[in-house]
Amino acid sequence: MPIDAVALVLLTVIGSATPLLFAALGELVVEKSGVLNLGVEGMMILGAVAAFGVAVTTGSGTLGVLAGAAAGMAMAFIFGVLTLTLAANQVATGLALTIFGLGLSALLGVGFIGIPVEPLPKLMLPGVSDLPLIGPLLFGHDALIYLSIFAVAAVAWFLKKSRAGMILRAVGESDISAHSIGYDVIAVRYRAVLFGGAMAGLGGAFLSLVYTPLWNEGMTAGRGWIALALVVFASWRPWRLLAGAYLFGGVTILQLYMQGAGGFDIPAQVMSMLPYLATILVLTIIAAGPWKGRLDAPACLGKPFRPST
Amino acid sequence: MTAPGSDSSAARPVPRLEVKGVTKRFPGVLANDHVDFAVAPGEVHALLGENGAGKSTLVKMIYGVLHPDEGTLAWNGAVMQIADPHAARALGIGMVFQHFSLFEAMTVLENIALGMDKPGDMALLSERVRDVSEAYGLPLDPDRDVYTLSVGERQRIEIVRCLLQNPKLLIMDEPTSVLTPQEVERLFETLRKLAAEGVSILYISHKLEEIKQLCDRATILRGGRVVAECDPAQETAKSMAQMMIGTELKTVERRAEGVAGEARLVVEGLTLASEEIHGVDLKNVSFAVRAGEIFGIAGVAGNGQNELLLGLSGERLADHESVLRIDGAPAGRSNAGARRKLGLCAVPEERNGHGAVPGMTLVENAVLSGHHRMGLLSSLFIRAAAAARFAQQIVTAFDVRTPGVTASAGSLSGGNLQKFIVGREILQKPKVLVVSQPTWGVDAGAAAAIHQALADLAAEGVAVVVVSQDLDELLAITDRLAVINVGVLSSAMLTREASVEEIGLLMGGVHGVSTDAAVVHPEAAHVA
Amino acid sequence: MSHNPGAAGNRLVVYSVFNPASWKIEPRREIPQGLLYATPLLAVVLTVVAGFFIFLSMGYNPFLALYHFFVSPLLTLYGLSELLVKAGPLIMIGVGLAVGFRANVWNIGAEGQLTLGAITGGVIALAFWNEETWWTLPLMCLCAVGGGAAYAAIPAFLRTRFNVNEILTSLMLTYVATLFLSTLVYGPLKDPMGFNFPQSRMFGDAALLPILLEGTRLHLGGVVALMIAVAVWVLMTFTIVGFQVRVLGQAPAAARYAGFSGRRIVWFCLLLSGGLAGLAGTFEVAGPIGQLVPVISPGYGFTAIIVAFLGRLHPLGIILSGLVMALSYIGGENAQVQVGLPQAVTGVFQGLLLFFLLASDFLVRYRVRRNPAALRHAPQAQPAE
Repeated sequence: MPIDAVALVLLTVIGSATPLLFAALGELVVEKSGVLNLGVEGMMILGAVAAFGVAVTTGSGTLGVLAGAAAGMAMAFIFGVLTLTLAANQVATGLALTIFGLGLSALLGVGFIGIPVEPLPKLMLPGVSDLPLIGPLLFGHDALIYLSIFAVAAVAWFLKKSRAGMILRAVGESDISAHSIGYDVIAVRYRAVLFGGAMAGLGGAFLSLVYTPLWNEGMTAGRGWIALALVVFASWRPWRLLAGAYLFGGVTILQLYMQGAGGFDIPAQVMSMLPYLATILVLTIIAAGPWKGRLDAPACLGKPFRPST
Repeated sequence: MTAPGSDSSAARPVPRLEVKGVTKRFPGVLANDHVDFAVAPGEVHALLGENGAGKSTLVKMIYGVLHPDEGTLAWNGAVMQIADPHAARALGIGMVFQHFSLFEAMTVLENIALGMDKPGDMALLSERVRDVSEAYGLPLDPDRDVYTLSVGERQRIEIVRCLLQNPKLLIMDEPTSVLTPQEVERLFETLRKLAAEGVSILYISHKLEEIKQLCDRATILRGGRVVAECDPAQETAKSMAQMMIGTELKTVERRAEGVAGEARLVVEGLTLASEEIHGVDLKNVSFAVRAGEIFGIAGVAGNGQNELLLGLSGERLADHESVLRIDGAPAGRSNAGARRKLGLCAVPEERNGHGAVPGMTLVENAVLSGHHRMGLLSSLFIRAAAAARFAQQIVTAFDVRTPGVTASAGSLSGGNLQKFIVGREILQKPKVLVVSQPTWGVDAGAAAAIHQALADLAAEGVAVVVVSQDLDELLAITDRLAVINVGVLSSAMLTREASVEEIGLLMGGVHGVSTDAAVVHPEAAHVA
Repeated sequence: MSHNPGAAGNRLVVYSVFNPASWKIEPRREIPQGLLYATPLLAVVLTVVAGFFIFLSMGYNPFLALYHFFVSPLLTLYGLSELLVKAGPLIMIGVGLAVGFRANVWNIGAEGQLTLGAITGGVIALAFWNEETWWTLPLMCLCAVGGGAAYAAIPAFLRTRFNVNEILTSLMLTYVATLFLSTLVYGPLKDPMGFNFPQSRMFGDAALLPILLEGTRLHLGGVVALMIAVAVWVLMTFTIVGFQVRVLGQAPAAARYAGFSGRRIVWFCLLLSGGLAGLAGTFEVAGPIGQLVPVISPGYGFTAIIVAFLGRLHPLGIILSGLVMALSYIGGENAQVQVGLPQAVTGVFQGLLLFFLLASDFLVRYRVRRNPAALRHAPQAQPAE
């Protein structure tokens, strides 16, 4: 295959991986703080519609991206009030968030179906961008792709090296201990949940502004759920998450290419099942493999906590 | 000894800490009722009381984890509101919790840094940890993950964490309940050294001998109120116990010895990998209990007791059917329900959520374990009337204080729920009864009643196994006992011939037979 | 920061209602049963109030919109019959899911199990297409239950054997099921006389559910759903099976202590909820739809999750909540026709309803009282170094 074609394939892989990466990275931080937010799909799709709507109406892609993050955050705030302040069941609240997000996004997006949107500006370096393979691979992307990779590095540093990250891990490890030595468990978790919402919103924004770029009802198509599975796959480690997201991006692109290439006597729908079946397979391998029990799952994941005073 | 509220502290210098009229209520409980006491600089002051007397609640308020409903705290003479533990540490208050506030999956260094408000550079902190731990004889490796450490080592983390912040008052909540007698000696040396340097120590315990050994003064709590203040050196253990309990202690009536019959429970080579990520594996545990015998299993918490209980009750299965025999019948691969049919009933350590379902009524909780032996089922349907009768029978026979059998198990106090669970198992007329921590958190009267019930059960020819961390309890009620340490059970000894020192050595991992235990526990080397 | 006690006292009195410190939140030791079943009503009322403001902000006459959403569907016989047509599958699936939720088994893939049930039932209907036999419909139901249960067996197997979270697997399988149905109706099951539309032949009469009320679409499914709800109520309340499910959900350690097998309960819950969802799927294709089409449910499998919670996981409560949620579907359609509201409002209402319900749960589990400590005039000395 010619070099340009390789670059093209890799680029599409990156494109389909980036929304997953954003959403999963946010959820990773949320889960490290001991909270399980199953509403990623809902936050993501609301981010997608908000980003698209604002970008179309204002003509500014940047404002659109910000709106996507803000919308995801607003959804996360609802989740926070219910599960952190009111100690509601996290599983049920996450499901509610998804159902609500799918409904609200459909409602808000009614007027935006079929409308084109201006693509986001791309990062170009004269000369370097024209180099074969390296040029198109390293440059010429939307700023969001660079942001997603930078975010992986930032989250990895934050969790491992910073004091705030250490406190966040401690809160997810033992909320009772963290509370008894004086940390505000609820406040730490609120921040994590809001960050997770913003990241899911960014993932949605990337989807509607860059990847498609169109608005369609239900366009996240389960990516929020796949992002949740990716966190498990990465055993709560940011760099492993990057690898996982790109792997999934690869699976998605692979099935698209096989559909496009023809020659295979397999219905398109069967090929489309691939990412979902791959998710199940990966979850099973992770749960059943020889490394089981040595995953870095936070000990307090999903447990409600209410401090007594 | 002086009466509560008397003016004895006025003659002394300004106390480091003075507690005045502190009251704290929880739903259904008055945990502290107008508590007064004071701690002088350099004084080792004991807070003495039974489980549930309100000691832990009181010190949590001093450390800012809880806030008093009424009353004041004065620090060096100035009245303070201690908003949270950060504020407490800023004042110079350090605390070592009974249930450690540690993070298993993090390193010693991270755990120490988390407990400090300004830990500074981590490399520097690591140096300071080594220095302090050496200076006070508390060896620690800052880079180890906490889950790899023994309970004694974990406690050192908490102590070092406090010492690094140069505390003026160190609160120790039941520090010795997890230590071997030898480890206790070393802890006391450290505490005496600190007191000599002017640090005040508030020492919470219900162990009288320790308080006599270590403390300058003692405040005695009962039912959330201060009932006395005394100089432990001037008191006997017995006189302090009476202040603590309020009544004369009843001693358990034991039947004559030598009635033990044939083996009812035989365990041969029980090996179980712990389900918990950082749990202790059981290694080749063997023992036999005969009809009419009470067999005790001693040991420091977290040495495989939980795993042993699960392995005996049938909640975890052994590798082979023959590993465990109930009244001669092999049952190693039988689950808890099947073992109960064979006659083995069990009382787990944890009541809420294990021995009972807190959100369910007492009737439902009676069905929980009694459905088979008490005939509470007719095919798939639960016989509601029969279940209610059984629940009522338990409540009546074991004096369970409850508004009725339709009250939820969660609404009962810990002691009453324990009586209900123990009663539920005893009334099923088991052939073998396995009980963990039978009197944990139970008041003295109820504890005596439970001990008596166990003795009566043995007298009827039941084989009873008691797993407890309370050595005094085991010495008082068992016929034979063995010690569990890092998942290894020692050979059994006759209780009347056992010495506390010998048991202490076994609890610290010094076995005649097992060498790997000594490798796992570095402090065993010091003990030896 | 310190100020004189008088000022502190005044401040506390003035702001005490709004100051979090002046309230004390305590977990209740007994759950008040009245409140437990009253809060769903509160949630419904709050949702209607929220709907008022949503319609207002969207530029509709809120009174008119609410009328067409919640009231006018109930005024005609046809509307009432449609209510039962939609409530049937919601109740049937909701009852099954609720049993699982009680045991902490989170099957959220009922939509996929419904699809599989529709497929297996539909395949039977098409296989015996021109044979008018009495046993077609019973066989369809049997295969539907089997198909839904078999599909739910996948997450059950993965959870009990490998400890894989059933939330993610059952949901992923929903996407797979929808794609599978689409493969079939675009391919092997496509109606040869259907002008290449992606749909199967219309089922024969022997494969269609009898209509209960002439001129409506009201079919036998609603009655079956009610019977199932009552049967599951008996199972959950009076038998050791229901008892085991409840114990596992509330205290897994106690379940094991009692000798109840957690694995068997997980299997039971998933097979039951999958089977019921499958039956609901076949009732849809053998009832209102009458053939296999690419989309056979407007999200019943997901809405049933809300139905289960709104009904407090109680089979009889679920009958009521199923009717309420069915109204949200019909109201949505009706309001679309009458005042041009987008259909998507239904999803918003459903999500809001669940939010309000979860929030009101707080009142059930906690008691909020005035804090005696905040009324004292304690000097607010900050500790100094």
